[in-house]
Amino acid sequence: MDNVIQVEQLVKTYSSGTNEVHALRAIDLAVAPGEFVAIMGTSGSGKSTLMNILGCLDTPTGGAYLLDGVRVDGLDKNALAAIRNQKIGFVFQGFNLLPRTSAVENVELPMLYDRRPDKGSRDGRKRDTHALAAKALERVGLGDRLEHQPSELSGGQQQRVAIARALVTEPALILADEPTGNLDTQTSIEVMALFQELNEQGITIILVTHEPDIAVYAKRIVEVRDGRIRRDEPVRNRRSAAYDSKHLEEKEVA
Amino acid sequence: MKTKTLIRLATQSIRKNKMRATLTMLGIIIGVAAVIVMVAVGYGARTRIDEQINNLGTNMIVITPGAAQQAGVSQGAQAFPNLSLKDVDKIRGESQYISAVSPVIVSRTPVIGAAGNWRTTINGVDTDYATIRDWQTTSGDFFGADDVQSNRKVAVLGNTVAQNLFPGQDPIGTDVQIRNAIFKVVGVLSVKGQTASGSDSDDVVLIPYTTATQTLSGRTFIPQILASTANGQDIPAAQDEIRTLLRESHKIQGNNDDFTVRNQADLAAAAESSTKVMTLLLAAIASISLLVGGIGIMNIMLVSVTERTREIGIRMAIGARGSDVLTQFLVESIVMGVAGGIVGLVLGYAGAEIVGHFTGWATVISPIIMLISVIFSGAVGVFFGYYPARKAAALNPIQALRYE
Repeated sequence: MDNVIQVEQLVKTYSSGTNEVHALRAIDLAVAPGEFVAIMGTSGSGKSTLMNILGCLDTPTGGAYLLDGVRVDGLDKNALAAIRNQKIGFVFQGFNLLPRTSAVENVELPMLYDRRPDKGSRDGRKRDTHALAAKALERVGLGDRLEHQPSELSGGQQQRVAIARALVTEPALILADEPTGNLDTQTSIEVMALFQELNEQGITIILVTHEPDIAVYAKRIVEVRDGRIRRDEPVRNRRSAAYDSKHLEEKEVA
Repeated sequence: MKTKTLIRLATQSIRKNKMRATLTMLGIIIGVAAVIVMVAVGYGARTRIDEQINNLGTNMIVITPGAAQQAGVSQGAQAFPNLSLKDVDKIRGESQYISAVSPVIVSRTPVIGAAGNWRTTINGVDTDYATIRDWQTTSGDFFGADDVQSNRKVAVLGNTVAQNLFPGQDPIGTDVQIRNAIFKVVGVLSVKGQTASGSDSDDVVLIPYTTATQTLSGRTFIPQILASTANGQDIPAAQDEIRTLLRESHKIQGNNDDFTVRNQADLAAAAESSTKVMTLLLAAIASISLLVGGIGIMNIMLVSVTERTREIGIRMAIGARGSDVLTQFLVESIVMGVAGGIVGLVLGYAGAEIVGHFTGWATVISPIIMLISVIFSGAVGVFFGYYPARKAAALNPIQALRYE
């Protein structure tokens, strides 16, 4: 089976006038299906640039990038939009839900931008996007919050809606950019428990974070510094977020 | 995305900012309402004027004294008593085209009848007047040629005069007093209604012109001569002929006519010129309003694009193409334009009805005008919404997502 991500000698250089900034210098990275990778790094390390390129929001200056067996470097804007739509599910730090729009409509959104004529249906009928969105929300434990607007939901619930939106298109990869950055510890761990649960169901996840406490819930840590991968190793003492979540509650009760 | 989804999304985001959207649409609303009222009232006024002009008579030609020059200074219309009974006789005797001709000697004076007195217009006319004006009597008869020849004191009352002097009774055979003379009522005219200038054409008493010069004015000056041809095609030829005849009798050389010859079409054009000014004014208001409304839409859409930069970033991140974003914002401004157009249509319709109610004009709003105005306001939406929409579509998703 192809790697979900196959990156070779990836280079990204920003030039502003005569100044050249080397954000990424020759990155090699391979992510197999079912992996749970945490990309770590301080600000300015190049991890955001890497994440933007992996998410097909940006294009590399050099090198090759195969996503789910498809060469994506050098594709035009519209082709990249289609790749983002079909192969990648985004989860952001700021949740990035549409305000004054119900949870189920937020989750439905990616399906509305799917231009494929068959739209993934086998029997030729149109997909019931509303039903699929509702199913995705049930999967993240928000089956009873379908018609709630983001402002009526807690931070953790909003992030769950965002995760449901990332899941609904059944992407090859979920790309989470600091998903716990705006959440308290308890909620952060609950969200990580959801990611671990989804990963166990076979979903490939790339998590970008600068918090080591959060990275330990992944299976593999890739550390970026000065545009290069400095460390790439499995997590030795991997923790179960579900257990921690319970443990934390007990601690608070005691 | 499907059109239905796009329109639903657009209306949703418009409804999130109701007040702002309403204010934005105001320009379009006023513009379209003005267009609707303008077209409806313009049509109503034109129909009314045509009606009134036709009401004047058939194939009528009006000769008035006027435009005489004295030492090189034009004295304006009716400055000189240039028309005389001789002119009437000349036209009657020598014209090939004119089939009926009558002088009109006008004076305003009170008339005393059974129920009191009534100040009205007394027109001294010839028997042909009834033919020229195409005016029948509802009771009694018009006076005859022998009445005119023998200066008889007979009168034909207009409907308004008859109603006021003899309410609820037939005045035929009774006497009315005009100035110091007693006149016998021989006929009552049918109802003609308003004239183009808004006065009541039925507020009139007709008497033989011979009697009028003798008893009322004592003058031989004739303020107006009416004539008509047997058929409409002869009117231009008849006008030329009258000019030639009058120049001959007034001994005029060159272009210095001391009289004016007009036909009904000329009168209609003169009456319509005032409504044309009004229509032009409304058209100016409408186009300025639509322009300002369009600029308002553009302004709000630009603000909206900036405000919703993050939303645009989200949409692009989850797979919206530039064209999807462009369409979304364009549909929004079109929906705003069309909604404004429809509201304006309703208001304009109501306005036209109100104007119609007070003026009594038949204000007509054709479905084509409705369709055009709604399509046009949609077009305003497209035109002024395109630039902001293109700006939205050109955003970089990474920067848009980071926008605070």
